[in-house]
Amino acid sequence: MRTALIVLRKDLLLELRGFETLPAMVLFSIATFVIFHFGLNRPTIDGQLAAAVLTVTLLFAAMLGINRLFVAEREQGGFDAFLLAPVDRTALLVAKASALFIFLVVLEVIAVPAFALFLLGPPIGRVLPGLVLVLLLGNVALSVIGTLVSAIAVHTRARDLIGPIIGLPLLIPALIGTARGVGPLLAPHASGSPPAKWLAILALYDLVFALLSYAVFDFLLED
Amino acid sequence: MSTYGRGLRGLSLATIATISLALVLVFFYAPLDADQGFIQKIFYIHVPLAIVSLCGFIFGGVLAIGHLRTGDRRWDLRSYVAIHMALIFGVGALITGSIWAKASWGHWWVWNEPTLVSFLIVVLLFATYQPLRFAIEDPMLQARYASVFAVIAGAFVPLNFLAVRLAQQYVHPRVLTLTGGNLPGSMRLTFLISLLGITLLYATLWKYEMAAKNARMQVRRLRRALLGDDAVPAFGRSAAPS
Amino acid sequence: MSLVFAAPALPLHSAGKYVAGAYIVFVALILIYVAIMARRLTRTERDLEQLRREVEARQSEEDAEHEYQGAAR
Repeated sequence: MRTALIVLRKDLLLELRGFETLPAMVLFSIATFVIFHFGLNRPTIDGQLAAAVLTVTLLFAAMLGINRLFVAEREQGGFDAFLLAPVDRTALLVAKASALFIFLVVLEVIAVPAFALFLLGPPIGRVLPGLVLVLLLGNVALSVIGTLVSAIAVHTRARDLIGPIIGLPLLIPALIGTARGVGPLLAPHASGSPPAKWLAILALYDLVFALLSYAVFDFLLED
Repeated sequence: MSTYGRGLRGLSLATIATISLALVLVFFYAPLDADQGFIQKIFYIHVPLAIVSLCGFIFGGVLAIGHLRTGDRRWDLRSYVAIHMALIFGVGALITGSIWAKASWGHWWVWNEPTLVSFLIVVLLFATYQPLRFAIEDPMLQARYASVFAVIAGAFVPLNFLAVRLAQQYVHPRVLTLTGGNLPGSMRLTFLISLLGITLLYATLWKYEMAAKNARMQVRRLRRALLGDDAVPAFGRSAAPS
Repeated sequence: MSLVFAAPALPLHSAGKYVAGAYIVFVALILIYVAIMARRLTRTERDLEQLRREVEARQSEEDAEHEYQGAAR
């Protein structure tokens, strides 16, 4: 656990000092919202359409982060250092997934208000707690699968391509859950509580894949 | 080196017999569906293909667990063949499902048939298995990462089906079901025989492929031993030579 | 086993086309696979033939060696 925290702290510090990944993710999201505005050619959107736009934008912004997750480790020998150290290897999984999760949360803190400002019709204030809940569950899925896929992809030749190719099909149930969970919340007269069915699906998905990743991650690090 | 050829003839004969019996039952025994008429006969080939394909993917995942636990690359080869076969069966299921959709609904693709949609996602996922293997050059690393992928993807299959099924609107009737979903006895028998036939077909083809790959590898090894290292070193090969 | 001929002799209005299509796809996949395996098999047979000839060549070399050494004594 301590190891995970140390690696996490390292990643967060690197990002704070370097500011590469997060600004790119934020800029990408906002640019996408603008494009959607012009592409859809409507003053505002709501309901399931709005949920779809939000989910897809967050997904592709997450892909940016996922592609960069292990690059530093690969290029500067971080993997070897980690293997040599007498620590539990899954700490790397926990650290990287947590880092990605934090990135996504920061992204959403900026992107969701931007979304509400640029595109969304109905007011978002009332449904914010439910929205936050669904997005957090979705973030867990993105973080876990993203870390796994990134660890696999970093050793291949077509690094940037393999990640999304493998990750996107795996993420589809979680994305369905996120989009369907958020949809009713963004409808014109929303009740404010996300449909329980989709919360359950997201939670189940998160649990299964978190456990699965924990089980297989060791094999990805062995030499 | 295990021999996969043993018992293969018996298995193939059983497969041929069962599939022939199934075909006879489908066209001469099973009654016409009240709703869809003759088109419904596709059900007997589409659904078994789909079921066996899914089980094949999960089978591949289980074999991959064997590889990860023992480190023996033969398990990886078994897993590779299982997934390869399941993917082909899956594509077959998609095509036959599409034909069924066209026949009964007029479109080559329908989104309100949850099985078909889940299938598309699963096939898309496993279609990346081979490119993944191809992209990793080191054979041991390739085998290990492919096994990890196979395990994750295998676990993904049931979850995916659950999610997609729940996502379908209840308003739209399912396109590709039978009337009421209850199979009358004669239909059920036909279906079970078809399912058995396709399962046996999968088992036969798996064994056959394993035997062929095994033989190929041994020939390679012999060539290397007798003729020096001129046996073509397979560049970026997809399967695991052990 | 009494076969109940429940289906009227293939109603070949449009429905028959699709059913035939589906089953033909199935058969086609199997046949394609058989063809691929056949090609692989011939390649393996060819390689084995080459190996056999190689082994026999070496065998006869060794025999010639032995004979030569035997005769030299």
